[in-house]
Amino acid sequence: MALSDEQIERYSRHILLKEIGAKGQKKLLEAKVLVIGAGGLGCPVGLYLAAAGVGTIGVADADTVDLSNLQRQIAHTTADIGKPKVQSLKESMEAINPDVTVHAYQKFIDSSNIRELIREYDFIVDGTDNFAAKFLINDACVMEKKPFSHAGILRFQGQLMTYIPGQGPCYRCVFKDMPPKDAIPTCRQAGVIGAMAGVIGSLQAMETVKFITGTGTLLVGQLLTYDGINQSFRKIKLPPCDGKCAICGEHPTITELRDYEQPACELRL
Amino acid sequence: MAAEEIRADETVDVTHLVCPNTFVKTKVVLDGLDEGQILAVRLNDGEPVQNVPRSLKEEGHEVLRLDPNDDGTFTLYVKKVGD
Repeated sequence: MALSDEQIERYSRHILLKEIGAKGQKKLLEAKVLVIGAGGLGCPVGLYLAAAGVGTIGVADADTVDLSNLQRQIAHTTADIGKPKVQSLKESMEAINPDVTVHAYQKFIDSSNIRELIREYDFIVDGTDNFAAKFLINDACVMEKKPFSHAGILRFQGQLMTYIPGQGPCYRCVFKDMPPKDAIPTCRQAGVIGAMAGVIGSLQAMETVKFITGTGTLLVGQLLTYDGINQSFRKIKLPPCDGKCAICGEHPTITELRDYEQPACELRL
Repeated sequence: MAAEEIRADETVDVTHLVCPNTFVKTKVVLDGLDEGQILAVRLNDGEPVQNVPRSLKEEGHEVLRLDPNDDGTFTLYVKKVGD
């Protein structure tokens, strides 16, 4: 595939980078990435990946845009209230870059459909807001041998890590299982600073672009945490999988996906 | 003394472009060549003549020669180093 003059100009700031170049840009254009969640994290991820020229991007979310989303979900506008989030995000992405194909999946991702969906993609981005979805995405990606970026945000804190099959621990190696219900913050406690979604979502987009282009070091076996109050990042080295993980260990006890019950208050992490 | 003629494997004209696209276009064409092949780049005097050869050197390529042309432009010969 040859880059057109227009593409050369659009992606010139990538091509200029020694680590990306025309080769890397072509890889981006040929890549297929699935973003699960079109909210706080999914919006910046979707926008940056579209801008970067990731050729095929899937976005999955069942929700519609709500006024309370707009404080942080920057791909949606006031005029989009009531619209499916995936449609609103797709429109924003295509407005930035008509060069990319966006597939919008307006549905709940659950144990019945996730494996089939992720099979179509090279890299998965977890932009969801609850533990049930995070364990589901992890387990499905381990089963389908798909690399993915995990992230979570809450209040002034955010975290992310990357899973590459066979190269490091999975989300379940680190976090084991759903937290007990009384450990999950209640709705009233679960505020989040809008820019946190931008910081962590942008870092997920960075991981994605680096994975596709084979650039630099990924957050494999490392959890990057960000504290917005103190403006501090920490990189925590994670122990490698000890072989006993219920999903990615030597003798997995989870052989089928399950849907965890979500706490009733629908907190947004 | 007339310089020895260099045989280029590929040529590109970037006289219609401005910085940084002069270098971007050069990089894209160079990317399609094999190691050791030679690219001739036609560029304008001034900023392109200053920056394009320097940027190519920074990326490890071998700049062979910069020849002035009759029309005020220059032809830069660069040998691709590395993949």
